[in-house]
Order: sequence, then C-alpha cells, then structure tokens
Amino acid sequence: MKHKRIETNAILLLVLTLATISIGGIVEIVPLYTIESTIERVEGVRPYSPLELAGRNVYVREGCYTCHSQQIRPLRDEVERYGHYSLAAESMYDHPFQWGSKRTGPDLARVGGKYSDEWHVAHLINPREVVPESIMPPYGFMLEREVKATDMAAHLKANIAVGVPYSGEMVEAAAADVAAQADPFGDHDGLLARYPKAAVGDFDGQPEKVTEMDAVIAYMQILGRMVDFTTVTAPALRQ
Amino acid sequence: MTDAAGATPRRAIPYDEDVVRLFVVATVFWGVAAFAVGLLIALQLAFPVLNLEYSFTTFGRLRPLHTSAAVFAFGGNALFATSLYVVQRTCRAPLFGGRALANFLFWGYQMFIVLAAIGYLVGATQSREYAEPEWYVDLWLTLVWVVYLIVFLGTLLRRREPHIYVANWFFLAFIVTVAVLHIVNNLAVPVSLTGTKSYSLFSGVQDALTQWWYGHNAVGFFLTAGFLGIMYYFIPKRADRPIYSYRLSVVHFWSLIFLYIWAGPHHLHFTALPDWAQTLGMAFSLMLWMPSWGGMINGLMTLSGAWHKLRTDPVLRFMVASVGFYGMSTFEGPVMSIRSVNALSHFTDWTIGHVHSGALGWVAFVSFGAIYHLVPKLWQRDELYSMKLVSVHFWIATVGIVLYVVAMWVSGILQGLMWRSYDELGFLQFSFVETVQAMHPFYVIRATGGALFLIGALIMVYNLWRTIRGDVRGEAPVSAFAAAAE
Repeated sequence: MKHKRIETNAILLLVLTLATISIGGIVEIVPLYTIESTIERVEGVRPYSPLELAGRNVYVREGCYTCHSQQIRPLRDEVERYGHYSLAAESMYDHPFQWGSKRTGPDLARVGGKYSDEWHVAHLINPREVVPESIMPPYGFMLEREVKATDMAAHLKANIAVGVPYSGEMVEAAAADVAAQADPFGDHDGLLARYPKAAVGDFDGQPEKVTEMDAVIAYMQILGRMVDFTTVTAPALRQ
Repeated sequence: MTDAAGATPRRAIPYDEDVVRLFVVATVFWGVAAFAVGLLIALQLAFPVLNLEYSFTTFGRLRPLHTSAAVFAFGGNALFATSLYVVQRTCRAPLFGGRALANFLFWGYQMFIVLAAIGYLVGATQSREYAEPEWYVDLWLTLVWVVYLIVFLGTLLRRREPHIYVANWFFLAFIVTVAVLHIVNNLAVPVSLTGTKSYSLFSGVQDALTQWWYGHNAVGFFLTAGFLGIMYYFIPKRADRPIYSYRLSVVHFWSLIFLYIWAGPHHLHFTALPDWAQTLGMAFSLMLWMPSWGGMINGLMTLSGAWHKLRTDPVLRFMVASVGFYGMSTFEGPVMSIRSVNALSHFTDWTIGHVHSGALGWVAFVSFGAIYHLVPKLWQRDELYSMKLVSVHFWIATVGIVLYVVAMWVSGILQGLMWRSYDELGFLQFSFVETVQAMHPFYVIRATGGALFLIGALIMVYNLWRTIRGDVRGEAPVSAFAAAAE
C-alpha cells in the first residue's frame, strides 16, 4: 500500500503535512491583498489622531473586544439599530482590527457622536449609574491614569512601519496634538487639518491633565464618523 | 497497520517518564485554575459587582486569562504529557535530546504560561483571540515550540518500529501547523524593544481573516488534531482493542488537516470580508463534517466487542463520552457555519455554548480519561485510589456540561431572536439592554454548570493525590457492583 511510504518516513510525513495545510490559507488570504476592490473606494477614512490612538490602545488593553463588536452586518435589524453596515475601508488603518466576536454589550462601530462626553464619563465610572441593567465592569481608574503624550510619536512611527500613512509632520506634532485635542480652549486648526472630524474638548472634566478617560472617549467619539454616507455611491461599495 | 498501540514496552528502553509526570501535574494544576477563572467570569456576567473596582479584576482582562489557561495551560500541558508519552512507547525509543531538552521544554512552556498570564492581568495584550500574548511572549513560545518539534521529530526518527503510529501523525500535524499559525498570526512591530506594546503587521479585513485563520485552526489543530492523537492511542489501549479501521484513519487524517485550514472565514459571515471568502469558508466547514464524523466513528467503533467495559471502567467512559461530545460539536459547528444560521447565532452565547461542548466535553473529558489512565502507570501503582470517585467525577462533570450548554443554547437563540424582533408598528421591539437583562437566569445556570465541572475536577485532584501517595480505597470493585446488580 502506498501510504506505507509516508508512514515509514517521518520527514516525508512532515513535508506532506506542511504542504496540505498550506493550501487553504494561501488561497484565502493572499487574494485579499491582490484584489483591489477588497477595500471599498470611499473617502474620509484617516489615521487616528495621537489621542484617539492612545484611547484605542486603552480599548485594546482592557479587552473591550471581548464584549463589544465593531462590525455592523448588512441585516435589517442591525442597520436600524446601529447604522450603515461596516465597510472594510473603515478599519483599513486598524492594527489590529477590533471587529470582535461577541456582543455581550452593543456594537460600537458607530458609537461616535451618539452620547455626550459627560455620559461616557459617568457610564465608564459606574455603568449601572446610567444603565441600571448593565453588566459592564466599572472603569473609574481611567480617570487617574495620565496619557504619556511624549510616547505617542514612537507609536505613530510603529504604525508607519506597518503601513499607516502618518506624515513626518504628524509625528513631530504628536505630543502637541494630544494636548490640543484634550484642551477645549486650545488651537485646534492644525489638529483638525491633520485629523478632520476629531472630537475636541475636555472629555473627562479634569482640564488640568490628559487621562486615559480623555483618550478612550476621544477614540469612541470618532468611531463610525469618518465616512460621510450621504455622499457614498453604490458602485464605490462594490467589493 | 499492526497493533502498535499494543506494542509491549520493553523495560530495557530508558523512557523519560520524569518529564511526562511533570506535564501531568501541570495539566491538573492549570486545569483547576482555568475552570476556577472560568467560574469567576461566568459569575461576573451574572453579578457584575464581582468585577470589583480594580483594573486587573475586570471581565475584559480575565476572559483571555480563562481562555488561554484552558486552551494553552490545561490543553497544552495535556498534549505535551500525552504526546511525549505516546511517541516514546509507539516508537520504542527514549525522547530525543535527553533530559536537558525535556526539562527545557517543561519549564520553558510553564514560563510561557506565567508570562502570558501576567501580561493579561496588567493589560499587555494584542487583542487577538487565543493569541493575546504580546510579541516578547510570542518569541519565547516560538523558541519552546521549535524545541518541541525537535524533540518529537527526533524521537520519531530514532524509532525502532518500522511504522509511525497514527496518533503520532496527528501530534506531528498539530505541532507543525500550530507553529505556522503562531508565527504568521503574531507578526507585529513593537513600539520599542523595552516596552510591551506592538502593532499588528496586518490591518482591518486582512487582519481579521489572518486572525480567524489562526483562531479556527487553534481549535482545529491544537484542540482537535492534538487531542485526536490522544484518542488514537488511549482508547485502543484502555479498551484493549485495535483501532477500528486503518483505512479510515488514513482518510480521516489527510482530509481533516486539508479541510480544517479553510474554515476560518465562517467566523466573519456578513462582515466586510468579501463574499467569495465567506462562501469558501462555509463550504469547507460543511465538508469538514465528514472527516470529523469519520474520526468519531473510528474512535467509537474501536469499542466493538468491548462495549461492556463501559459499565465497569469509568475511565473508558470518560474517553468514549468525549468522542460522543466531539461528534456533537463537530456536527453543530458546520450547522453554525451556514450563513443563515450564523446570522442568528453569531455574536450570541450560542457560540460560547458550542465552544464549551467541545472544550469541556471533548478536550477536557479525553484529557481526564488519559490522565486517569496514566497516573497509576507513571507512579507505578496497581490502580487508582478509587474508581467510584472517577465515576462520581464523570457524572458531576457531565451534568455540569449539560447545564452549561443548554443554558447557552437558550440564551443565545433567545438573544438572537430578540435583537431581530419587530413590534406591530415595524419598530425594533427590544432595546439592547433589555436583551442583556433577559440573559440573567441563563448566566446563573451556566455558572452553576461551571461550578459542577470545577467540583468534579477537584474530586479528580483528590483521587490522583491519594493514588500517587499509594493509597487504595477499600471499596468493592465496580465489576462486583455490576455483577450484583444483574
């Protein structure tokens, strides 16, 4: 019997196994890079501002993805509940993606602008204060932890290394942009030119410092707001 | 194929059993830890006050701790223990690399677990499910894994049997494929060499598919192929019967490893992943039903002529029940991969129930069976301290799994239906939080099931501890009970 040759030769078994398990992955993953229409042709998606990126890192660190998805499916009830279905383009600068796999809490792909900053602060300190039936953990500790603005340039550089189009100017202004975005009276012109639609203000009610609470709210307030769906045409969405 | 599982071990061959004993102890230890953390986070979902006010006690940080403890600490150590035991016996050769490499393997792997666990608690995570550890932990695991491959393959190459036994095909495929998956999925750029944070090399849709190509095959190769290796050695051994069909094992092996790798996109139905990829993932997931059940049949039919042993041997009962659960979850999986079913089940507790029928029913049960079989042999005892306690463990754990899985079926389908239900005016009938509230009773039932499973494991710890001490409980043999009952 021919299989005898394989099962009496460990190296042959190893090589054939490797070949067998390689096929599926190659056929499925490689075309996602070569087929151009994989990413829809829509405008508005930009890299995260340094404060938003810091907030996104808090979101990742706390494992928010274990309970919240960021992926609205093209199903009637989801589009009515959460808004336009999610596009691949909307997470093209997400390293890593945060689509999630479980909705113990609601989808957050378009949570930006739906609640005020004050609501988010109260909700994160004690979710049951504003939503009595909620089972979310409390995150009051974010109010005490400050964002290290000077570190953000290095984070932007690491993102450049994995393909996010941050410019040299963005890297240089990273620390200043953190401060500007969390300062309601700051000069926002440069920030908003670099990062259109960024939410600005003193998110957490503590103007004297920039905290993780500021960052995570700045991040949530931009979610789903980059693409203006009133201007998007059907052909642009075809994959 | 000759009955390699029944090959007589020669006392003259200096098998390395020290490292196997260490891995067995680690399996039991991490198993209890994984079940305990699982119970805690199940209770947190029912009673959120248990999240306390600390960052490191929140559900978001403890959930990866639970999944990694279950998959990599409990499951991983069980795979190390059994694969290193099986490869020596079926090759009639001691471990390649001797004591030094074996010890490195054990302590290196425990260090990986501890580094990963500390990372989760302090918040160092890549947020890639079942691959959460950050870059420095990934590099360490890569080193340990390469040594594992060297030890395993080296032992195969110095075997004194002409054929490589089927269990070893599965162990080898598990080791090699997990290496490929681990390396590709964890490609990332660290922010600095002195910090923990890194950014994934991939983004968005490509990142999602890479992660679920990994994630589904962590199930397919870590939790399936590896544990099938356990099935192919320990069931024939315990039942004292040869494998039902050699031909079926060949077909089972190649079709399983070929098809599994394609199934990842079924985790991304209706997402921004292009439709062609979703369809491919679904088609291959459906095909996967065939080799899965082929393997189940091969395992179960091995008991032909030995079914009566189930009455008297609760250890064999664990193994056979595990194959039954394997068949159940590998039927449920393809059903859930159908897009229209997935539209309902995805994002709900149904998925959690499915995972646990596989993880508790298949992975944990076959491991318990193997451990109960191994401990008396490894510590040179005639028998276990108490077969009755094994039987008690079996029934408590089985009731626990049933409570768990049924609660999650009901809560998952209920929540999925509530999300999509409309009132007579055409508005969405339920706010999101109303659907959360409706989950509460099922979360309590699920936690009860988890508690039973944990209690069963603690009974096992007691039983194994007394066995290792050399005690034998003064109880009539189970066979005598069975005979008396007739």
